[in-house]
Amino acid sequence: MFPVLLSEWIKVRTVRSTFITLLLTFVVTVGLGAVVCAVLASTWNTQPASERADFDATGASFSGIALGQLALIVFAVLVVTSEYSSGMIRATLGAVPQRLTLMLAKVLTVVGLVGVVSVLTAFISFFLGQALLGSHRTSLSDPGVTRAVFGMAVYMTLLALLSVGVAFIVRRPIPALAILMPFFFLVSPILNAVPKVKNVAHFFPDVAGRQLYSVHGNTDVPYGPTAGFFIVLAWSVGCVVIGYLLFARRDA
Amino acid sequence: MIEVNELTKRYGDKLAVDHLSFTIPQGVVTGFLGPNGAGKSTTMRMLLDLDRPTSGSVRIDGKHYGQLREPLKYIGALLEAKAVHPGRTAYNHLLWLAASNRIPTRRVDEVLALVGLTAVAKKRSGGFSLGMGQRLGIAAALLGDPKILMFDEPVNGLDPEGILWVRNLMKSLAAEGRTVFVSSHLMSEMALTAEHLIVIGRGRLLADMPMNQFIDQNSRSFVRLRTPQPEQLLDMLSRNGMTALQDRDGGWEVENGDMARIGDLAAEHRVTLHELSPQRASLEEAFMRMTAESVEYHTGGSGTGAPAQQDPKPEPAAAWGANWKKES
Repeated sequence: MFPVLLSEWIKVRTVRSTFITLLLTFVVTVGLGAVVCAVLASTWNTQPASERADFDATGASFSGIALGQLALIVFAVLVVTSEYSSGMIRATLGAVPQRLTLMLAKVLTVVGLVGVVSVLTAFISFFLGQALLGSHRTSLSDPGVTRAVFGMAVYMTLLALLSVGVAFIVRRPIPALAILMPFFFLVSPILNAVPKVKNVAHFFPDVAGRQLYSVHGNTDVPYGPTAGFFIVLAWSVGCVVIGYLLFARRDA
Repeated sequence: MIEVNELTKRYGDKLAVDHLSFTIPQGVVTGFLGPNGAGKSTTMRMLLDLDRPTSGSVRIDGKHYGQLREPLKYIGALLEAKAVHPGRTAYNHLLWLAASNRIPTRRVDEVLALVGLTAVAKKRSGGFSLGMGQRLGIAAALLGDPKILMFDEPVNGLDPEGILWVRNLMKSLAAEGRTVFVSSHLMSEMALTAEHLIVIGRGRLLADMPMNQFIDQNSRSFVRLRTPQPEQLLDMLSRNGMTALQDRDGGWEVENGDMARIGDLAAEHRVTLHELSPQRASLEEAFMRMTAESVEYHTGGSGTGAPAQQDPKPEPAAAWGANWKKES
């Protein structure tokens, strides 16, 4: 297992796309969160009272994830699909014919690297956002805040895992991105605004993730952060398991 | 030793490989020959467990490929050129391969030098020419210093210098006692390098024998005639139980003809001959005849096998089929 893990790590660190997509994830998430916090702080007095009453300072500093997650999805999808688009998967399976071992090594490599990037992104987004919020800030010692910040890191990591699973199912980069990006950026937000449909859409991974990384959470959504975690986990593990079952059976 | 037993692969209702059984002999170059679409690449992918057989099995020293630990130390394969991430350097491509099978890093430099890519080792492989990509693929195959090497169409797209290099490399690998299994759709290429021959057509085994035996069995001999009086010639031949077929240059061929007898008959019947010469058909032609049927059936005469039917041009006596011994 260890040699395969090392090999997957070498693969990930020797292509430029890894660096670009992960840097973009970090910069967009932190940057956009900072902008939102700065705007909120300067327009605080013009916000309606109801908005001010359930203001979630932590959630505000994580606003950037809506866009930042797209770069993260690209990273995770490319780790898998670039093997297929280049034909390299044959070299990979020639060297490591044990497909379960190979997929585990890939998953662990992505989870490990994204885990580190996510923790950095979550904490820096949080601290920068809070600094810009000034007197409306919250701190890690307030109830639920530390959980929300770690929740952010966990959500990002599980999102990468989900994307790896989908990439193994779909194999080609464009279709994989064409499924994932609109889903997170358009489909889920739209369905969550439609009456009745939203009762189902509330269980989508991005909604569950938001419960995980906000302090107060959305009161429309019928579950809290712990359930949110398990829902995202179920989506990710589900996609990876389906991805593995197909990967194990298919011709490379 | 690689044993293929009743190997079958079906894609939808198309049988790509049809109950194929053969054994690859050790320590020699074995040519795996067949027209394009005969199932060579599919078979090779199944040998490496990349494609899952519909039925049948492959055993490598009694084991399934998936059971081999660190398989690069056992089998090195070049399946397709440029199966490399275009953004990764040649060095890094070999580095991850080496790491996966616990092959020492210095071996990466060794194989890069061996294939002549040291100068471009740190360049991204996306900019490589087909020949360089092929060399990188061969470097990857040699990385684990394996006993068995498998090359799928290694000379495809190479320039003459590259072809010569690959040919010599395969021979020297076999001379070191390694098993070399190389596919090609060119008989001429195999005649120069292979000692053993496995021929398939439409997924079925057509021949599995030493190269010498193949040459003996398939070198068709015939007598070539030229005459300004073709009608008299044909008349004379048919009255004596012989048939002649016209070749492309307006000459006539009598299969397995007795040259002396034809000469005597011509003199007797006062038929003028401008040429009376013994010929041996090339191995290429023998291969084409062997596979023509399967190709024809397979593609409806429109594919790669078509030249075999349209263009049965008898090559001059000094065709490569005659001089393969000198070259090897």
